[in-house]
Amino acid sequence: MKTVIPVENNDVRAAVQGFLKRLLEADVVDALLLPMETPTGTVTPALVSDPALLDAADPLAPVLGLNAARVAGKVSIRAPRGRIGVVLRSCELRALVELVKLQQASLDDLVTIGVDCLGTYDVPDYVAMRKNGQGDLAALLATAQHGDLSPQDGYAFRDACQMCERPHIEQADVTLELLGADLAAGVPVSMADEIAAKLGIEAAEGDGKQRDEVVKQVVQARTQVRDEWFAAIRQQLEQEGVEGVFAACVRCHNCMTVCPICYCKTCLFKSPVFDHEPMQYMNWAERKGAYRLPADTTLFHLTRLNHMVLSCVGCGMCTSDCPADLPVGLVFRAIGQQVQEVFEYVPGRSVEDPLPLITFREDEWMEVGEE
Amino acid sequence: MADSFEPKIVAFLCNWCAYTGADLAGTSRIQYPPNVRIIRLMCSGSVDSTYVLKPLLDGADGVLIGGCHPGDCHYQSGNYKARRRVVALKEILKSAGYDEDRVWLRWISASEGQLFAQTVTEMTNAIKEKGPNPMRQKWAV
Repeated sequence: MKTVIPVENNDVRAAVQGFLKRLLEADVVDALLLPMETPTGTVTPALVSDPALLDAADPLAPVLGLNAARVAGKVSIRAPRGRIGVVLRSCELRALVELVKLQQASLDDLVTIGVDCLGTYDVPDYVAMRKNGQGDLAALLATAQHGDLSPQDGYAFRDACQMCERPHIEQADVTLELLGADLAAGVPVSMADEIAAKLGIEAAEGDGKQRDEVVKQVVQARTQVRDEWFAAIRQQLEQEGVEGVFAACVRCHNCMTVCPICYCKTCLFKSPVFDHEPMQYMNWAERKGAYRLPADTTLFHLTRLNHMVLSCVGCGMCTSDCPADLPVGLVFRAIGQQVQEVFEYVPGRSVEDPLPLITFREDEWMEVGEE
Repeated sequence: MADSFEPKIVAFLCNWCAYTGADLAGTSRIQYPPNVRIIRLMCSGSVDSTYVLKPLLDGADGVLIGGCHPGDCHYQSGNYKARRRVVALKEILKSAGYDEDRVWLRWISASEGQLFAQTVTEMTNAIKEKGPNPMRQKWAV
């Protein structure tokens, strides 16, 4: 069912807060997991059960410090658990779908509330912007109507967002359809009929056609950026290999820690498996004349590629949190596109698509293994 | 000079088929190149990509994964899963700028000692033609 949340005084955030409060008050959910504004001016996910506290809810803040799919997994993975409405942007929702398939999250008692994404900033940029009194939310939201999404002057959206060709919510229980909407007039929402019935909301006609048009336009522009960046990184990979692209890597493991897909409790690379005997390093150094330390850096990235690239949803948290400013997300997306194509797999599309590495057909790739 | 290059090949062989096939090659006194270092695992499906990548990045010239023929896996589907993993691994190696043809997956049954010897011979020759793994010389890996 489609409806429109009325907006007063151009305060879209208050209108969305009001809608979310009703989800709690009408007992659609027991709590909401959503971005909350902290007293220090940043945004963090929180599990909110008291509707009064939703005045600090900031689900439209253009910042991504954490892919909330990670925490959505923690509050949903096993019963007993609450019925939770989880507010996610598109890359977070895709990551959640992958985590469900990796058995690290469950949709059983979750109500997914997807918000079309207009682009996000890195946390330091967002904090600086707010301190300077810049980054007017109304101005950003106004760009949604015609799809001319652009960052605040002097700032850039995160790399992942600049090349994101899936900013729109494709499948959620409740979708805030920002793209194509005149948000000053109202926020178009689509939701399952049973949720609408509980809320006592009547259907209202939004202009659905415009969303499709604007999505198409944004996707086209982003795809162009993506393809240019893909071409550049592929050329660099061909010339320098992974060890060249990641030459400045310090093995801090941030990319792994913030990756929503890397869920292992004890990563192989944090285990003692790769702590070698002192003489082993000496042997390598003597054999090659020199040996890069920390050891196994290229192995780390190539292994991570093998373990999770098929499920990489391109949220780009890895790039955002790399202290060496390495294009981690770009490498993973560029390689991921090729591997995902081989398996005809689209990460985050549906919980029905089986993960490529846990399924098989008997009559496939016969040439591999037979010569 | 090219003739003096002897490749080092690391082979991960499953306990039930490929390893037993290699054993048969030995007990049958079938000659094959001594370039292969065999590591026995219970199943080709238990070969993690890291096992393959570590020797390649440390300078091994080739990695062979040997499993049961399709339909013969003693754990039902380990070899089918291994095949998918190898397909992904090769695609990643290729797109990351490495030579994916240094990784071979072959099905060898417990009774195919001859096939094991032949596979090792073919792989040794193919890799001799390629030359040494360039990673052998690189220190910044």
